[in-house]
Amino acid sequence: MEILEFIRKPWPWYVAGPLIGLTVPILLLLGNKSFAISSSLRHICAAVIPANISFFKYDWRKEAWNLFFVAGITLGGFVATFWLANPDTIVISKATQTSLVTLGITDFAGLMPSDIFSVANIFTLKGLIFFVLGGFLVGFGTRYAGGCTSGHAIMGLSNLQWPSLVATISFMAGGFACTHLLLPFLLQLVK
Amino acid sequence: MSDSNTDLLPKDNFAIKDDGFDGTNQQERPESFASNIKYLIVGILFGIVFVKAEIVSWFRIQEMFRLDSFHMYGVIGSAVVVGLISVQIIKRFKIDTLQGEHISVPDKTFDKGQIYGGILFGIGWAITGACPGPLFAQIGSGFLAIIVTLLSAIAGTWTYGLLRPKLPH
Repeated sequence: MEILEFIRKPWPWYVAGPLIGLTVPILLLLGNKSFAISSSLRHICAAVIPANISFFKYDWRKEAWNLFFVAGITLGGFVATFWLANPDTIVISKATQTSLVTLGITDFAGLMPSDIFSVANIFTLKGLIFFVLGGFLVGFGTRYAGGCTSGHAIMGLSNLQWPSLVATISFMAGGFACTHLLLPFLLQLVK
Repeated sequence: MSDSNTDLLPKDNFAIKDDGFDGTNQQERPESFASNIKYLIVGILFGIVFVKAEIVSWFRIQEMFRLDSFHMYGVIGSAVVVGLISVQIIKRFKIDTLQGEHISVPDKTFDKGQIYGGILFGIGWAITGACPGPLFAQIGSGFLAIIVTLLSAIAGTWTYGLLRPKLPH
């Protein structure tokens, strides 16, 4: 079937980007919701471990839509991977592949390098750096910045909010600095 | 930008607005539990796009930060263009929600957290190869180790809430 074959291939940016952009009006039209994802982490804190911290004292039930949304993202990831999977190996640029090989990455077969992101690495130094430290920075940083790539870079910029432009530039600055200065050191450490 | 949105905020949301609350629910009419199913469905479609466009891939994020591929810039750039046009149309033509409510998007207020927190998140983004959305999609894709990353991200958010009064804003 041709359509299924087309879906199974990796989607180009000019298909995926506009679809992601359409999430903004869809959520607004469905129920006046501003597109954002990192706030789900805050709602989880508010629902499960509020610990009398004022930042987590609000009616998280009113924001429960956001938890349904991220549950959907998880299910969508499952559907795309197990029913609509690309039969071929992911194509990434030669330049990136070469740089990563020199840093000790050997497996380029899946979406994530199994050298790092496997369950066997959870209780190792790799796990401590790439899961625990990395995840902590994602959660701490997005909340400190008041949003992530969805809330600031897509929703904020779509609504012409200059604080979101500042946040987006900061996201990129941190990412560039980490990739070129910190990652070579971290990957050396766990080699 | 336009102040026409802020004056339509529901009153009980002011505390939330001061917190820089993103993703706020501006709907005034209370929703039933079942009505959340539609956000689950939007999330499913969204998660499929995430995986099919490979933006949940650690490799793709590395490509982006190494300026070796246009892919991620194309995705984010075209998403913003489509979002921008949609929001402008909604505002210009005063389009209502399906329930007939006025659509309002709260303005973001600047604080230095957008710089400090933004840089810290950027570092985490390059390490994990994921922003918060892709974290969920990666777990769904079967990378179960990312559950640890998600738990740590929740711990990071909680720690921010704890330290918030002491941090520069």
